[in-house]
Amino acid sequence: MPSAKEEILAKIQKASVSPDGSLVRSTVEHSSRPQQEIVEQFAEYAAEYRANVIRVAAPDLKVAIRDALLARKSERVLVSADLPTEMRPEQCDVTDDEGFYHLRLDQFQAVVTTCAVAVAETGTVVLDAGAGQGRRAITLIPDHHVCLVREDQVVDTVPEAVQSLYEAVRAGRPLTWISGPSATSDIELSRVEGVHGPRILDILLIRS
Amino acid sequence: MKIDLFITCLNDALFPRTGEATVRLLERLGHEVRFNPAQTCCGQMHLNTGYRSEAIEIMRHFIDVFESSEVVVAPSGSCVAMIRDLYPRAAEWAGDHELQERAVALGKKVFELTEFLVNHLGIEDVGAYYPHRVTYHPTCHAARVLRVGDAPLKLLRKVRGLTLVELPLADQCCGFGGTFSIKNPETSTAMLSDKIQNILSTRSEACTAGDNSCLMHIGGGLSRLQSGTRPVHLAEILASTEDEVFA
Amino acid sequence: MSSGGIKPAETFAVAAHETLNNSQMRRNLGRATMTIREKRLKAVAELSNWEEIRTQGAAIKDEAMAHLSEHLLTLEESVKRAGGQVHWARDAAEAREIVAKIALAHQVKEVIKVKSITTDEIELNGGLEAHGIHAIETDLAELIVQLAEDRPSHILVPAIHRNRAEIRDLFRKKLGVKDLTDEPKELANAARTFLREKFLHVKVAVSGANFAIAESGTVCIVESEGNGRMCLTLPDVLISLMGIEKVLPRWEDTAAFLQLLPRSSTAERMNPYTSFWSGVREGDGPQEFHLVLLDNGRTDVLADEVGRQSLRCIRCSACLNVCPVYERAGGHAYGSVYPGPIGAILTPQLLGMHDANANTLPFASTLCGACYDACPVKINIPEVLIYLRGKSRVGKGADLESIAMKTMAWFMTDAARFGLGLKLARVGQGPFVKDGVIHRMPGMLSGWTDARDMPAVPKQSFREWWKHREIQR
Repeated sequence: MPSAKEEILAKIQKASVSPDGSLVRSTVEHSSRPQQEIVEQFAEYAAEYRANVIRVAAPDLKVAIRDALLARKSERVLVSADLPTEMRPEQCDVTDDEGFYHLRLDQFQAVVTTCAVAVAETGTVVLDAGAGQGRRAITLIPDHHVCLVREDQVVDTVPEAVQSLYEAVRAGRPLTWISGPSATSDIELSRVEGVHGPRILDILLIRS
Repeated sequence: MKIDLFITCLNDALFPRTGEATVRLLERLGHEVRFNPAQTCCGQMHLNTGYRSEAIEIMRHFIDVFESSEVVVAPSGSCVAMIRDLYPRAAEWAGDHELQERAVALGKKVFELTEFLVNHLGIEDVGAYYPHRVTYHPTCHAARVLRVGDAPLKLLRKVRGLTLVELPLADQCCGFGGTFSIKNPETSTAMLSDKIQNILSTRSEACTAGDNSCLMHIGGGLSRLQSGTRPVHLAEILASTEDEVFA
Repeated sequence: MSSGGIKPAETFAVAAHETLNNSQMRRNLGRATMTIREKRLKAVAELSNWEEIRTQGAAIKDEAMAHLSEHLLTLEESVKRAGGQVHWARDAAEAREIVAKIALAHQVKEVIKVKSITTDEIELNGGLEAHGIHAIETDLAELIVQLAEDRPSHILVPAIHRNRAEIRDLFRKKLGVKDLTDEPKELANAARTFLREKFLHVKVAVSGANFAIAESGTVCIVESEGNGRMCLTLPDVLISLMGIEKVLPRWEDTAAFLQLLPRSSTAERMNPYTSFWSGVREGDGPQEFHLVLLDNGRTDVLADEVGRQSLRCIRCSACLNVCPVYERAGGHAYGSVYPGPIGAILTPQLLGMHDANANTLPFASTLCGACYDACPVKINIPEVLIYLRGKSRVGKGADLESIAMKTMAWFMTDAARFGLGLKLARVGQGPFVKDGVIHRMPGMLSGWTDARDMPAVPKQSFREWWKHREIQR
């Protein structure tokens, strides 16, 4: 008897779909808009989706992170072990992730990470398990996510972001695209922010 | 211009006044209107109800009758959509490539009345006079298949004496859908009652459209409610003048 | 029962009767679809190249279908290379057994689920229950449907037919939460508390897949609440079930769909969370990953030149939200987990056009075309509906309708016969006409005159008028 795989493949062959050849994959054009305009739009759109966008100069970053944590009374803070020193808040209880199990993760109130790229068109930040971001669970269980975005990481469009993430995908790294805090529209299609993922998303947008 | 009129079976049988109005209107604009009595129906009802081979036969008859025409005009968006959009597909499904080519060629010279006037002839003011409060329902096939856009509104705005009232949720289907209204009468009625509510909210004397099939449906509901609003085909408004009232 | 499968128990007309006569449900549906319709138009208008992206989306899907076996084999290889396992399932029963077997091997009593219509299509929850495994729905709307022992009525918002007060009463009863108001925020919070425990403890998760990228073996889940991320990240074992049509050839192909899907479904620029993962990643997420590739009728759909475009569908639900029939009759009328216009073409085809009830679905449309305009991958739903109406008649014997239609076709293929037909109609209507209109028609036409009058055939047809005029000239 043929296996399910053989049978399905045989049926596909028999369907004999002839390609119409209309697909043209064109190279992604980089936005011609000035970077500052792109950054402003990102800040506006991220805020529209209820992320708190905080603009900050690089030298003030540590203070800004601490302020953001204190503003939400987030005391126990988790970070990926490879988060650079200049991004670690001072006078806070900061712990490096050692691969803690879920219940332990649940005891942290906040997490501070970097990101891979941000998208102006949608107000999205993307994590790709790169440096400073850690594994997926750490940005999921704590209720407060402080995400650090450099202005030069913001691209204009979704296709640009997709293109920039190709290497990460090829390397087998998982991606998480985040647009505002978790939300649901399941009750009468009215949007409610804050369901299972972090209910607070702070985006610290760092001036280049 | 020599214009061949496709009256459509529905107008021929039930709404001859719309046909008369179309003839009067086009003649008034200086065109020669011809009616080939060999014509019957476009076959839409058969195709849309699943009777493909019967539809192909009717379609073949239609193409035979109109193939040599210079231009064909019909006072129905739905029938023109059938000819232009579905004829080639139906022929393709039947695997008849010769018929498909004939259908494509014919489709290029068949027009719905309002798109013919506005987009083809470039006329908006047809010299009509109709001193009534009117609301306009854009029928689905004219709007979404033929993309007649605001051609009907442009014509209506130039009609002297006419007060045009915007229909709320105008783009919503009236619920006719040919045999849909017979196979799914309850759903159809639910759609119709919303449409009628919107029409009545405009306090118009007449509801107009470019398709008597939809108007028959809407009119059937208005008549049952014994409302004072009546259905009037656009051609009848456009044909009306101070001297000759069509509707 | 929350997992409904795809076999309608009744004809559309019969099933629609219930919602049409439930004013509460109709109000809920009307309000919800109206809101989302306006929002979608705004979200779409923001992208100046929307039409181009639609065309690209359709072309990518067509390319994926044109070389489907190639892409599936590449996907299998990529997933395996990334440490995942791949299973193939001919039909629903086989897919249920594959999932159940994996869960049983881990000796679990519960699995958590990300909302997935494909799992509903194969009636997975019931299948697992038969093995003593309880599937917990974690999407808010799916949870509502599950707790209410109801059926989903919408692709995106399965509980769209329920309003906030009904949900509050349900949560008070089933989740044991007292002092609950009907504020959506509070209701969502009650679900959060209930499900948090499950996320942290349950070992096996089941998901669907929005897309799977062949070249990299990457699976994608698009969601809003974070329940998806929880299920995809925290358990030890993840099982993802996908229809074979969900494969995309290349990573770059996702760009079109990440633009098309959120704006078409929730009318947002982007949904809150989108996850991509490839097989297993050490120290990050489930350490055992299974991808189940499901046929269940899809290869039959693929074999049909006209019907195959239905496989482009990305389950956004835009066609439901703009459909005037769906708005009135509701999702349950379609008797399948795929409701609305897309369901009307997908359900009967997945059942091979052999199911008499499902074959009434292509007739559940006025062919108004709103669905085609809204479809982000340009599925010409009206065209497929008409085509399937024809296909549904194949092999059907003569009945009253077919005799009437054939007779009419006889009158309509010859002008002399047509003229005769007009005269006969004028005579035949005699007993039904009163004051120039018909108030009641017989037999299968009676549904029309239940709510509408029918104009009578006038004394003179157009062709008679024309002939008369020609003579006078």
